[in-house]
Amino acid sequence: MNLTRLATIATSAALLAACGSDRDIAQYGSNPDLPEKQRGLLPAMKIADPAGWGDRRPVVPAGFTITPIATDLKIPRQTLVLPNGDILVTEGKGGGKAPVMRPKDLLAGYFIGKGTSSVKGGDRITLLRDANGDGVYEQRAVFAANLNAPYGIALAGNRLYVANQDALVRFDYQPGQIRASGPPVTVTALPAAINHHWTKSLAASPDGRSLYVGIGSNSNIGERGMAVEEERAMVWQVDAETGAARRFATGLRNPTALAIQPGIGQLWAVVNERDELGANLVPDYLTSVRQGAFYGWPYSYWGANPDRRVQPFKEDMVRRAVRPDYSLGSHRAPLGLSFSAPAMGDGFASGAFVGMHGSWNRETPVGYKVVFVPFRGGQPAGAPVDFVTGFQADGKTFGRPVGVTVDPRGALIVADDLSNTVWRVTPARRPTQAAAAR
Amino acid sequence: MATITHEPARRIIHPVHAILLASSLPLFLGALLSDWAYASTYQIQWLNFASWLIAGALIFAGAALLWAAIDFFRADVARDRAGALSLLVLLTTVVLAFINTLVHAKDAAASMPAGLILSVVILILALFATWLGFSTFRAGAAR
Repeated sequence: MNLTRLATIATSAALLAACGSDRDIAQYGSNPDLPEKQRGLLPAMKIADPAGWGDRRPVVPAGFTITPIATDLKIPRQTLVLPNGDILVTEGKGGGKAPVMRPKDLLAGYFIGKGTSSVKGGDRITLLRDANGDGVYEQRAVFAANLNAPYGIALAGNRLYVANQDALVRFDYQPGQIRASGPPVTVTALPAAINHHWTKSLAASPDGRSLYVGIGSNSNIGERGMAVEEERAMVWQVDAETGAARRFATGLRNPTALAIQPGIGQLWAVVNERDELGANLVPDYLTSVRQGAFYGWPYSYWGANPDRRVQPFKEDMVRRAVRPDYSLGSHRAPLGLSFSAPAMGDGFASGAFVGMHGSWNRETPVGYKVVFVPFRGGQPAGAPVDFVTGFQADGKTFGRPVGVTVDPRGALIVADDLSNTVWRVTPARRPTQAAAAR
Repeated sequence: MATITHEPARRIIHPVHAILLASSLPLFLGALLSDWAYASTYQIQWLNFASWLIAGALIFAGAALLWAAIDFFRADVARDRAGALSLLVLLTTVVLAFINTLVHAKDAAASMPAGLILSVVILILALFATWLGFSTFRAGAAR
């Protein structure tokens, strides 16, 4: 197509123009360096070029091994480790129904789509079981099908909650079950018009009475108008019994994963920040989610740094904006979050794992890995440590991490939505106590 | 069509070339008005209108440019300054219109005020290019 060729030429020109301007900076922690905004005539772009894993494997730290425990899935996103050790995987691909509003929408959709799997989303939940605890998940069953782009998943008591792209639904769950006993019950509808950012993340409060649902914005920075941003870019608190929902925290552009901090029950989120302000803006972040707090989007970023691309502008909202806790660096696209457990070994016992899907809006790709953010005294402390890498080599991309889940028996489960694989990372010299504990 | 003869019934500008040349004008004008409406109301739909109008105008102006360039460089036609100026103004219009599509692809108000300023400049250039285009051909016929 001529349109495509024209866009390719234009993109190449933009990449040349952007050369040398996207040096990666160490932009992590509570006080990240925020360079000046920059945007040429075209946004810098480097779209992942997918390739099969072949004999390659993701790279894990010394003392750990990684194995694929399920392949040929249909776009695996988030995982949940059940009390009996079974793993549930949500599979789906939402969005894609946003109307084309301007010429750019045609091109952007085409290019960004090239960096993703061509498999059709499964709209289902797959159960994986390792009955004898040997690390091989020999049993695989479809726990539930005919869902609508399921993403977030959480268990509270004997209820399994799933966040579809348009509704929070629930199944009854009994330990050992491999198939849902019936169709899901809708707890509440979720904002779903346009669904530019369609992934609905989910966490259950420790007492099981509330569900927290992350709802992404309907645009990068309000370019579809602010009317479509009603009830978007926020975390809802939903009453598990009645389905009544209220805004818990706002101004979170795309809160793609939620997790409860063990022990103190604090809600945390990873958030994808805005694009087209330069290679090192705006930092994506990990933050505790404070009730009633406004985190800036769209009027400001990282606290009170104004972004006047959104008009009419609201100065008072800039003053209200709070700073997130911990920068993960710009354009890394964190999509997974899970707090660690002692069984992960001394170096990784206290902290959180973050799955990073990886960048498109900079010339040199970043993200495309799973990192470990160490915590001290309940707060992130120090630089993120690479935990699973090797998703890219020789200009090719083999996988893109999404959800990460710590199995308290000593494993990290990583969903990869490019190679449609679920990976399991385990400390190498672990005796198989899991079978005995089952 | 641009062969110089003395037959009185000769076309002064090919109708298709005329349509291509003139069609971009109302589209560029619409884009300017839409940009102005967006800049004064920040209703995003005006910016969407402007983006499509510029893209449409660019297609007509680009085709007119191609036609004019082929005409200009044809071996059997004498090249003159008026023809060169006409071509140059049209080329500038097309280049600026392409830049304006990129400016309009920036999100929300990031396209302002550059988009509005460019739309004003481009409309003036497009008027000038169209005027010159028709005049040049008329002069050519009289020669």
